[in-house]
Amino acid sequence: MKLMKTVLTASAIVAMMAGSAYAKQLIYCSEASPTHFDPGMSTGGNDFDASARTIFNRLVEFEHGGTAVEPGLAETWETSADGLELTFHLRKGVKFHTTSYFTPTRDFNADDVVFSFERQYKEDNPYHAYLGELQYDYYGAMAMPAFIKEVVKVDDYTVKFVLTQPNAPMVANLAMDFASIESKEYADALVAAGTPQNLSTAPIGTGPFQFVDYQTDATIRYQAFADYWKGKVAIDDLIFAITPDTTARTQRLLAGECDIMSYPNAQDIASLKANPDLLVLDQPGLNIGYMAYDTTKAPTDKAEVRHALNMAINKPALVEALFGTGNAVPAKNLIPPTMWSYDDAIVDDPYDPAKAKEILAANGVTEIDLWASDRVRSYNPSFARSAEIIQQDWAAVGVKANIVQMEWNQYRVDGAKAGRGGAFQIGWGGDNGDPDNFFAVLFGAAAIGTQNYAMWNNPDFEAAIKAGVIETDPVKRTAAYVKAQEVMNAEAPAFLMAHSTIYVPMNKKVLGYTMDPLAMHRFDNVDVAE
Amino acid sequence: MLQFLLRRLALIVPTLIGITICTFGFVRLIPVDPILAMAGERGVTAKRYAELVIKYGFDRPIWDQYFIYLGQLLRGDFGHSIVSHRAVVLDFVTLFPATLELSFFALIFAIVIGIPVGIIAAVRRGTWLDQGLMGTALVGYSMPIFWWGLLLIIFFSTTLGWTPVSGRIALNFFFKPVTGIMTIDSLIYGNWPAFFSALRHLILPSIVLGTIPLAVIARQTRSAMLEVMGEDYVRTARAKGLKESRVVSLHALRNALIPVVTTIGLQVGVLMGGAILTETIFSWPGVGRWMVESIFKRDYSVVQSGLLLIAVIVMVINLFVDILYGAINPRIRAN
Amino acid sequence: MTDTNATTIAPTVPIAPIEPFRRASGLGEFWYYFTRNKGAVLGLVVFTITVLIAILAPWIAPHPPELQYKDAFLKPPSWLGGDPRFFLGTDPIGRDILSRLMHGARYSLVIGAVIVTMSLAFGIAFGLLAGYFRGWVDVAIMRLMDLILAFPGLLLALVLVAILGPGLENAMLAIAVVFQPHFARLVRGAVLAEKTREYVTSARLAGAGPIHLMIRTILPNCLAPLIVQATLSFSAAILEAAALGFLGLGAQPPTPEWGTMLATAREFITRAPWVVTSPGLCILITVLAINLIGDGLRDALDPKLKRS
Repeated sequence: MKLMKTVLTASAIVAMMAGSAYAKQLIYCSEASPTHFDPGMSTGGNDFDASARTIFNRLVEFEHGGTAVEPGLAETWETSADGLELTFHLRKGVKFHTTSYFTPTRDFNADDVVFSFERQYKEDNPYHAYLGELQYDYYGAMAMPAFIKEVVKVDDYTVKFVLTQPNAPMVANLAMDFASIESKEYADALVAAGTPQNLSTAPIGTGPFQFVDYQTDATIRYQAFADYWKGKVAIDDLIFAITPDTTARTQRLLAGECDIMSYPNAQDIASLKANPDLLVLDQPGLNIGYMAYDTTKAPTDKAEVRHALNMAINKPALVEALFGTGNAVPAKNLIPPTMWSYDDAIVDDPYDPAKAKEILAANGVTEIDLWASDRVRSYNPSFARSAEIIQQDWAAVGVKANIVQMEWNQYRVDGAKAGRGGAFQIGWGGDNGDPDNFFAVLFGAAAIGTQNYAMWNNPDFEAAIKAGVIETDPVKRTAAYVKAQEVMNAEAPAFLMAHSTIYVPMNKKVLGYTMDPLAMHRFDNVDVAE
Repeated sequence: MLQFLLRRLALIVPTLIGITICTFGFVRLIPVDPILAMAGERGVTAKRYAELVIKYGFDRPIWDQYFIYLGQLLRGDFGHSIVSHRAVVLDFVTLFPATLELSFFALIFAIVIGIPVGIIAAVRRGTWLDQGLMGTALVGYSMPIFWWGLLLIIFFSTTLGWTPVSGRIALNFFFKPVTGIMTIDSLIYGNWPAFFSALRHLILPSIVLGTIPLAVIARQTRSAMLEVMGEDYVRTARAKGLKESRVVSLHALRNALIPVVTTIGLQVGVLMGGAILTETIFSWPGVGRWMVESIFKRDYSVVQSGLLLIAVIVMVINLFVDILYGAINPRIRAN
Repeated sequence: MTDTNATTIAPTVPIAPIEPFRRASGLGEFWYYFTRNKGAVLGLVVFTITVLIAILAPWIAPHPPELQYKDAFLKPPSWLGGDPRFFLGTDPIGRDILSRLMHGARYSLVIGAVIVTMSLAFGIAFGLLAGYFRGWVDVAIMRLMDLILAFPGLLLALVLVAILGPGLENAMLAIAVVFQPHFARLVRGAVLAEKTREYVTSARLAGAGPIHLMIRTILPNCLAPLIVQATLSFSAAILEAAALGFLGLGAQPPTPEWGTMLATAREFITRAPWVVTSPGLCILITVLAINLIGDGLRDALDPKLKRS
């Protein structure tokens, strides 16, 4: 047995050496295939991990490990006195990638910025609908069309965003992945060649890694960009090994096939932490798992019924069963405790099945749809499991829950349709550290049909989130969002489940990796010990 | 012989047509708009929808639609995938070699172990060895392979670390695929470490996929051997004083293998079905896993065309086995 | 002599030999040969126990299969140091595994029975019609059977479920469709062989109509291979249904079907292997027992075919 193992290991070592001598390689086991490599049209964390954070840069960027914004492709910026103009002064001497399919002839300049945004709002831009039915979802979800009037080139290295009204979070929004900067030169060349879709399959950016190859559903390969404006990163070869099955992902990490992985099973955390070869980093996630009630359709159109349904669920037991001990904290507000404006004074619905049964019987509630999907999310490791637990809790108070099971992509499309009814399980990971990113995006009236799965339209809530966006004084903004939390607590458009901790297990030879509150996986500051 | 060949080919045609009718009907039976399913698009504008109706002939009578569909198939247009936004046939050609390679090695495993086991059991008929081997074969035949695969992964990959967890080859190796078959491609590039890495990755999946064919082949070989060994010409050989091993190998085996060849051929369909489960467990990037995921993702264009392509391939392989059987079976050859 | 059609198919179920059946001299001879096969007897014993457990499950299961114990998530079996209330441990949401397995036996056995019954019904009907009437009826039916057999079994079942929607009933229907060509061919072959025999001719001369001839005269003589095939299909049906459940297209959670239980247990392979081992073991044991019985039946029903 020992001989066999030695022979096998020896052949593996020979294999590795033959494969990549002297190059520093990092293998990241990711949890899903990217739909494509255009961050403007993507919505999944895994899409952004694979494109925005490797190949692209943005005007401003989030700092490593935090949500503060730092200069990116823009060196400085200022807002006009009336708050309607946001001017960025761009960095000079930034180069685009040179690959086997494209060689840039000029450096990055304002044209690229203008193109990157115009394609998202101008209908006559050749890239506005270049991928069939796909749209710039994030641009729409963040209500950018309502806030941005136009993006103007002032000169080669100055760009101005003209807004329709003052918008406090706008700079933070521009650090988000959908605002990644593409190369206009490359885009024009592709249109001329008649192959615009290549923008999303053979991408060109200014980022720390350049695209080498994608084998569908298997591996993505990147190479360090030698002329990166921040200086070439430590890793030479970056490989994404796409492994959707969580157990397989963990096993690959244990076997040394990957150096770092995303989203381990909650129940494996303890054993991973105990493993002497591994390091498990963790951080409270800027996320929320919840269940949105359809507030426009009976029986969940009455707040009383929604409160009753909430009271029937044993939340601490649910969180424990779902995440394991200590991996998540039951939620009483939409935003996590780590976020500013969190209102700790809010009192959650108590666990009172007797009272719940009374109210539900009085309202004649006997049946309800409960939606679940198959994708593993950081805010919910198993929709199916949480559905079964909630189903049981509701059965105990006389409500029969029909579990509606659907594949992830179809799930989010069908879940947003008018007339859906019932309870829809979903969640959210914050994108920019701003409460607006939670309240407005998830429960604002403008998001009905996209992210507002509760179809909720409450005037008090709308007033609160509007104030939160327009005000620039942090004290006033905090007050606005506290009001938003109070309204949500009173009306209960959703059952708030938990805020989970994000874990990133890695081999001890991976150095410098920083946990990211926005659950990004970034490798530009990572090194590998020999 | 030629007549036999032609008769065989003639039988294929109605089955082929039947298969295309099935897949044609399939996309009209699913609970989703067939036009959108075939075009591989979601949420199109009214204008685009009108274009698609004309393109796929949905304004024409059903017979016309069928012929339009046939025409597209003959032109190589198998539709577009909603998920990958590529032509289905492109995705199929990328993924099929993985399934082919896996099935091939699974079959080799089943034959190399199954036939000798069957022979030994037949020769040692009635002994504990025979009963033990056949008992094990029956267990293998009754095994839920999705569970068997999970067990093997726990034991050999995670606990012992002898075999890799998933993937077709170690991630260090990167070469543009030529045939798509890792073992062949690595040899084309002359990369021996890559070749051995590919083999290592094939071990567990091949064992899992090959378990049921192995059991069937072992049992069938034993039956065929027993039947043949009772025949007159074998008894004559024994009476002539030939050594038992020569009797077995020279006379009995050759004739016993004829029905076994048929059995092996029949396992192709089993392999395709088993590949679905094996690929799912090992995250093997082949067409089996692709079909399952496409059903979940409502990528009906893929399901329809994948079904067609796989059925046609299985049919072609069966035809080949039929011809082979006809060639080696002296009774048919003599006709 | 080879059935020219047999070589173009790729069955997922073995085909029992289509030898003409000579009426065994009574049940006694059959039982004698059957019990001589130790494996078959063992299979019968295990199967009977399984059936009993399935029937009595609601009364003998220690806990309700749907009840979630909030204080006992993922406990190991009691004899491995877990909670003494749960002999085989609990699943991730606190349900007793032993109780779920017992109720799962009901599902598996009923699934197998329903599928085999449906396949038998259609297969016999098609086979009788094709074999008796010959001509274009025969050609049409056999072409249809060939068509179904041209598709790999599990794949076709998958696609049928894709059309009908996931769920246990649809999965059973899909598998039944996939299996019935085997019965059809079997019955057709037997009918063809029996049709020319004297007892059939004399019955026809006595004025029996075709339906009477098919069902009352010919069919009883085809029973032996049909029984063997039905038994082997029973075990194959359980496996296929479990496979569909494992893929998420069969029985849906929280149904305690063994395959579905395996699917939800996959992510606990390292942390709680007992959640994975027990359902799989149940499938294996049940299917093995039925296959042993099937082998024994085949050997006993025609001693001339006995292989050992």
